Amino acid sequence: MLPETVLSHADAAAVEAALPGAVVEAKHEFHELTLVIDPARIVEVCAFLKHKQGFDRISTITAVDWFPADPRFEIVYHLQRTKDWFRLRLKARVNEEIESACSVWRGANWYEREVFDMFGVKFANHPDLKRILMPEDWHGHPLRKDYPVHGYRYSYSNE
Amino acid sequence: MRSAIDYPVESRPAPEPQESPSGQRRMTLNMGPQHPSTHGVLRIVIELEGETITRAEPDIGYLHTGIEKQCETKTWQQVTTLTDRVDYLSNLANNLCYALTVEKLLQLEIPERAQFLRVMMTEFSRINSHLVWLGTHVLDIGAMSMFFYCFREREELLRILEFFSGQRMMTSYIRVGGVALDAPRGWEKMVRKFVEVFPSRVDEYENLLEKNPIWLNRTKGVGYISVEDMIELGVTGPMLRGAGIPMDARRTEPYSGYEKFDFQVCTHTDNDVYARYRVRLSEMRESLKIIKQCLEGMPGGAFQADAPKVVLPEREKMKTQMEALIYHFKIVTEGFRVPKGEVYQAIESPRGEIAYYIVSDGTSKPYRLHMRTPSFGNLQGLSPMIEGALIADTIAALGSMDFVLGDTDR
Repeated sequence: MLPETVLSHADAAAVEAALPGAVVEAKHEFHELTLVIDPARIVEVCAFLKHKQGFDRISTITAVDWFPADPRFEIVYHLQRTKDWFRLRLKARVNEEIESACSVWRGANWYEREVFDMFGVKFANHPDLKRILMPEDWHGHPLRKDYPVHGYRYSYSNE
Repeated sequence: MRSAIDYPVESRPAPEPQESPSGQRRMTLNMGPQHPSTHGVLRIVIELEGETITRAEPDIGYLHTGIEKQCETKTWQQVTTLTDRVDYLSNLANNLCYALTVEKLLQLEIPERAQFLRVMMTEFSRINSHLVWLGTHVLDIGAMSMFFYCFREREELLRILEFFSGQRMMTSYIRVGGVALDAPRGWEKMVRKFVEVFPSRVDEYENLLEKNPIWLNRTKGVGYISVEDMIELGVTGPMLRGAGIPMDARRTEPYSGYEKFDFQVCTHTDNDVYARYRVRLSEMRESLKIIKQCLEGMPGGAFQADAPKVVLPEREKMKTQMEALIYHFKIVTEGFRVPKGEVYQAIESPRGEIAYYIVSDGTSKPYRLHMRTPSFGNLQGLSPMIEGALIADTIAALGSMDFVLGDTDR
């Protein structure tokens, strides 16, 4: 059962009514609405939000590494509706793979590539999943918490 | 030593040039990463059929510096200096966005004088950024004199920034809890002089360009991209306003007291390179209007929040008060702590929507700091913009996007 503060928002209530069980957790903090979505149903929820609730902009997609928690990664989507400029945050907790949101917003393409590059999370059905910021032959994913800040190539301890 | 989390790297050969339906052979052309008109290191792989671009694929990452990773190892106030270096043409917008995000987590009230100072400096940096854009963009298209005029005014601006913060470019002026220094003695005179002179200078730029047939021919009707594409691909800022969408976070989601100022959100409906130029030119005038209001209505009082655990104490207090000395020591050595939570704060940078997403785990360093930068989103709109256009128009189209590669690659 979602908290009252969340269900008083029309969008959260609409998702809960149309796709029961898709929202596993929700909160309303700092005037920001966050819905945690079942990772298996992320595209379904995104499509619903875009086509029925009018969230036509994907502001950014990123991830947070909660190593050593399980599931390890939180994929974070920031959506915006251009009609009233309302913002919504979606989250999905996964270990290594999630469905790509490119079929919903084409703009998700580069953001998902960045998450793949930096965290190593794979996006199924992504049209062009390859590294975007790091060189193509780079090893490892720099923003993971177990990746040292100075990288592996310039290790001071292990000559 | 190799990472334990290797994954097999697929080697991707460049796609073979294909025969087009008309039987003409297509040519693949590599533009950049060292190309004068990209103002940085952007590589675009272009497929040509005659002079028409059939496919364009931007390749970014040449200026990746791992700032997001570095932020995780710095204390909250050290991060401010890193935010300067993301978008080095409008560093104050980055400073402001970072400070606002952390203040949202800390639930800190900022005094009005600090808000006014922040707004004024951010608008200065908006004019600064637009001036650099105008000068270099017109230079790319072939008019050299504009560059000198724009940089003449930019020099004045940098002098003002230096007067306020001690630095010309990497100012780090806006800090968590307020601004670094109070406005220096005599600042009104300096700002007033600029406010009086600048409008005639903008008219001068306009006169130089509006009646120039080469400029008009090279910009009008060039670089069209549909509004749907822009919204879907995450394009923001003057690009979107040049297509008639009044998206401006200063108006739609006011921050730092912008609701108190009177200004117009500049839009244009032509949706081409010329429209973006018109939008930026009017934005310079609107920014000047905001600066004028700051100058006239600058409130007195403190320029930093009353939060001893977050804001460094005054030098005088440190010499006379024990507590101030302790707080100073604590902030400098281990940094202040920020309560657990996550926030997303978007503001309007000269290039579009810049936003910071910060996750705090309650320690004195950010757990995760993500920058949603406008250039990254805008550059995603490059392919639909130049595909189908002539190769000669690429330079004009690229320039009108006004991206900064440091901002794209972070």
